[in-house]
Amino acid sequence: MRLLRDLVRTPEGAIGLGILTALVLVALFAPVLSAGDPLRIAGRALLPPFTDPAFPLGTDRLGRDVLAGILHGTRTSLSVGLAAALAAIAIGLCVGLTAGFAGGLVDEGLMRVVDAFQIVPSFLLALAFVSVIGASVPVVVLAIALGAWADPARLTRAQVLSIRERDYVASARVIGMHPAEIAFREILPNALPPVLALSAIIVAAAILTEAALSFLGLGDPNVVTWGSMIAEGRNILRSSPSLSIFPGIALVVTVVGVYLFSEGLTKALGGRRLEP
Amino acid sequence: MLLIVVVLTFLLLESASGDAVDAYLLSIGGGDATVAQSLRQAYGLDQSMLARLWLYFSSLASFDLGWSVAFGRPVLDLILERLPNTLLLMGSATALSFGLGSALGIVAGAKPESIRDRVLSTASLILYAIPSFWLGLVLSIVFAVQLRLLPTSGIETIASGKAGFARALDIAKHLVLPVGALALIYMALFLRVMRSGMAEAWTLDFVLFARSKGLSRSRIVLRHVARNALLPLVTMLGLQSAAMLGGSVVIESIFAIPGFGRLAQEAVSGRDAPLLMGIIVVSAVLVICVNLIIDIVYAALDPRVGASEPNT
Repeated sequence: MRLLRDLVRTPEGAIGLGILTALVLVALFAPVLSAGDPLRIAGRALLPPFTDPAFPLGTDRLGRDVLAGILHGTRTSLSVGLAAALAAIAIGLCVGLTAGFAGGLVDEGLMRVVDAFQIVPSFLLALAFVSVIGASVPVVVLAIALGAWADPARLTRAQVLSIRERDYVASARVIGMHPAEIAFREILPNALPPVLALSAIIVAAAILTEAALSFLGLGDPNVVTWGSMIAEGRNILRSSPSLSIFPGIALVVTVVGVYLFSEGLTKALGGRRLEP
Repeated sequence: MLLIVVVLTFLLLESASGDAVDAYLLSIGGGDATVAQSLRQAYGLDQSMLARLWLYFSSLASFDLGWSVAFGRPVLDLILERLPNTLLLMGSATALSFGLGSALGIVAGAKPESIRDRVLSTASLILYAIPSFWLGLVLSIVFAVQLRLLPTSGIETIASGKAGFARALDIAKHLVLPVGALALIYMALFLRVMRSGMAEAWTLDFVLFARSKGLSRSRIVLRHVARNALLPLVTMLGLQSAAMLGGSVVIESIFAIPGFGRLAQEAVSGRDAPLLMGIIVVSAVLVICVNLIIDIVYAALDPRVGASEPNT
């Protein structure tokens, strides 16, 4: 609670928290705000924005409501972004903890795998992964996580390496704690904060990657996403650019919200500012 | 390290349901099982996985990346043909974003928390949040569709018969928008890193010392604070090279530039595993090379890092 108060006190944190809360509410109540399937044909095709009160942002080539698409797209963007970031951080934490704690050959081997993942452009990797397995929401989440876990793994390992030499870890060892218990109860909680600070940036990157994937037509075809809406509008960019512009603005607002939130959070935590 | 990349990519692509022969048969409208069998034999797809992995490694040793099924040409030829366009795009975008980003970062970091700093920081935050493909689209709406100043797509005017300087100018014109879209976003990143590095350097003892010596403000900013903040920026450049290569996929597809990234997309849509594999391996090699160069530059910039020193 105190953290929340500190967070709201920083201008970045207040704005970021405001944007994110609004987005989460939109995501939760999307079916109430615009009932029915956002992919269904709702009205006349290619209605320009701000002309018909029934479709404030107009309709696309097939007569689908753009506003409904954006509202429902919030769900996809936020859930995919959060899920991918969670998966990436979970994998990263496990690998980093194992590597840092076990040391020796295990450390060496795991870190080489981390290196390998860091030198392959993560977007190419996600592209290959989705194209091989087929596009659906869980696959997209996994593909994004696959390209994002290396950074938290490296950070966790560095944290663990410095923490494992502390006195309280040595004393835990002396009283005969099981190594796994030391790893999870003594080291992990203390290694967590910097990794969590990184997580907001991972969420933002995951949202952008998801948008880029669905822009290239590699998203789940059964759910509406901002990226696929932009791609859809791109075909008729010359005559009605608004179809691509509105979902893009939604994306920018979301990512700005995440960034501001993370800046406010790091300031509120009093730690060093973390850069993207 | 490269070895791991190759093995992992191989395993990933191996797990695909359906191979290139299936995709090929689908594209020509189907065929009977004997045709598929003979095609598989011709491409060596009927052998066991390990045998093919071994085959891949041994041919890789002689710089043979295999045969692209979708294009019917050697993978290496295809990649080498497309690579210069991407390198040109990435190189100019990197140079532009690094130059502008560090310059603006110095402007912002010269006086942390001043109005100038706040405006630049906020602008860069918003810019950094913009997806590159959307920025590309918006730029092309404004400059190519509305103002008709620049071409929307391609790397040069097709069959224009231009040569020499006129051709270079033509290519440059085609590159303005894609380079702009890529560079603006990375400029924001470099600006932020530079700015925060400088804000941190202001609190260090040697800056206090320089101040107490009575050095002029501009000299402190440029010679002491900025110079110190430049080092993490160079590291960032290396780290971002992989991300930039990935970003070029989308940018190239928007502006229809026949480059490396578009090749990746074509490989994906054509289910061309050897080509995709080759692209991933070559991009890993590229990233390693860029980081090697960065390390050398770093050693030249930072007197504390010696070339003879073992660095671990």
